[in-house]
Amino acid sequence: MKEGAGPTKKGSGTFLAAQNVPDAFFTAGDAISGNAGSNRDHGICVRNLWHEYGSKVVLERVSLKIEPGTFCAITGPSGCGKSTFLRILLGQQRASRGSVTLDGAPLACEPGPDRGVVFQRYSVFPHLSVVDNVALGLELERAPRLGRLFGSARRRAREEAVKYLEAVGLGADAGAYPHQLSGGMRQRLSIAQALIRKPKLLLLDEPFGALDPGTKDAIHELVLSLWKETGMTILLVTHDIREGFKLGTRLLVFDKVRHDPHAPERYGATVTYDIAC
Amino acid sequence: MLAVVYLLGSSFRLAANPTDKLMPPPSAMAQAWSTMAMQEDTRTGQYLFWEDTKASVVRLGIGLGIATLLAMAGGLALGMLPYAEALLGPMVTVSSMIPALAILPILFIVFGVDELSKVALIVLGVLPFMIRDLSQRVREIPEEQWIKAQTLGAGSLQLAVRVIVPQILPRLIDSLRLSLGPAWLFLISAEAISATSGLGYRIFLVRRYMAMDVILPYVAWITLLAFLFDWSLRILRQRLYPWLDAESV
Repeated sequence: MKEGAGPTKKGSGTFLAAQNVPDAFFTAGDAISGNAGSNRDHGICVRNLWHEYGSKVVLERVSLKIEPGTFCAITGPSGCGKSTFLRILLGQQRASRGSVTLDGAPLACEPGPDRGVVFQRYSVFPHLSVVDNVALGLELERAPRLGRLFGSARRRAREEAVKYLEAVGLGADAGAYPHQLSGGMRQRLSIAQALIRKPKLLLLDEPFGALDPGTKDAIHELVLSLWKETGMTILLVTHDIREGFKLGTRLLVFDKVRHDPHAPERYGATVTYDIAC
Repeated sequence: MLAVVYLLGSSFRLAANPTDKLMPPPSAMAQAWSTMAMQEDTRTGQYLFWEDTKASVVRLGIGLGIATLLAMAGGLALGMLPYAEALLGPMVTVSSMIPALAILPILFIVFGVDELSKVALIVLGVLPFMIRDLSQRVREIPEEQWIKAQTLGAGSLQLAVRVIVPQILPRLIDSLRLSLGPAWLFLISAEAISATSGLGYRIFLVRRYMAMDVILPYVAWITLLAFLFDWSLRILRQRLYPWLDAESV
């Protein structure tokens, strides 16, 4: 059995600021009480996280810290729990054990505007035009009851939305509906939509998996430039390890380290490699 | 096709017996129709055909209107709120299996034999189906969209108003189109049993005189009305929801 969450490699001479925290340091009980200085708690701090579906353990002993502004790629074989990890960070699922804090505060247990997300599919709203898809975030923020703005307030929200559309290269398609866009354009739209609430953390769940290589390259450039511009933390779940190396400043590999041949479901995956790119 | 077969059959029967009432020629039907539609009834001074049409369409419209509103509320509640689903879901499922015509006598007893019982029959007949259909449609909206809306800051009411309802409205129109058939069935049955006007009332009234020359134009007219409702709902759906054609977004 490996100690802690796996060996830490230092890639290309960059010093890795966020080390894996050894398992013994946080036992499940003191996960929250161990949270002392606020300085230490910037960014995402995951302590001894476990996730189980019934008797099936998906994640075990995941402890890590992600500094603000990191572009963190997460990869691993199918079924290794990387999407589960993302859903926990998103607030869509609750971890069975352990704690996750964002800037020192426990993560809200429902998805909220501090965390943006782009999924592989169904990420945009088919009934809204491109500009309204992006303006929706502003409308929801500014019209707390019905989520709909009228008149000049609505016009202003749309003007702001168009700026985001131009940033992702969709300025000319503002009036179209999502079904008229190509797959790559739809993902660009979804990114613009996620950015408009200025989230601290952007979660990308295999957003480029269904795109052809040329489109993928262009959208990679876009994501990198947006990341540099905004300085937000990005977590990218991907199957493609090269994509992880290309985009990420840090690469986490999830895998199972223990196997019980008689009860394969009883051991979950954890972080096996933590590489700074 | 049907018309050709009918005309052939009609002319054969009339050749054998010129006073045959079962398959009247088109001229007799046109004559009967114009009597009903163009001439005032000697007893009431009304144009019976149009009075019947008005009475039936009003009943149908009120019944389907109420059913649509209730179905929207019920479908949303059952589709969005797990507690509502747990509490009311089985009830709606079972009540959708009660043959509505079987409770018509109860409606007559409770609401009287007036308009209300006919409207109530239409509402009760189509509502459970529409609620089940719509709540299913709500659940079919991909989870990604719910999550995405929440990450954009949507609360439950905002989620319903901006994401769920707009995507459910075209489904509501579909559901309404499918309900038109049963609604006509309930309407005509109720009118046949107890009414003083209405398309169903008239056909069952003139049946006593074997007046096929009145019944057949009425049936054709009912069919045309049903078709027109369906067609206009279809056009409405296309006009209002241009985004509906490509689903896999």
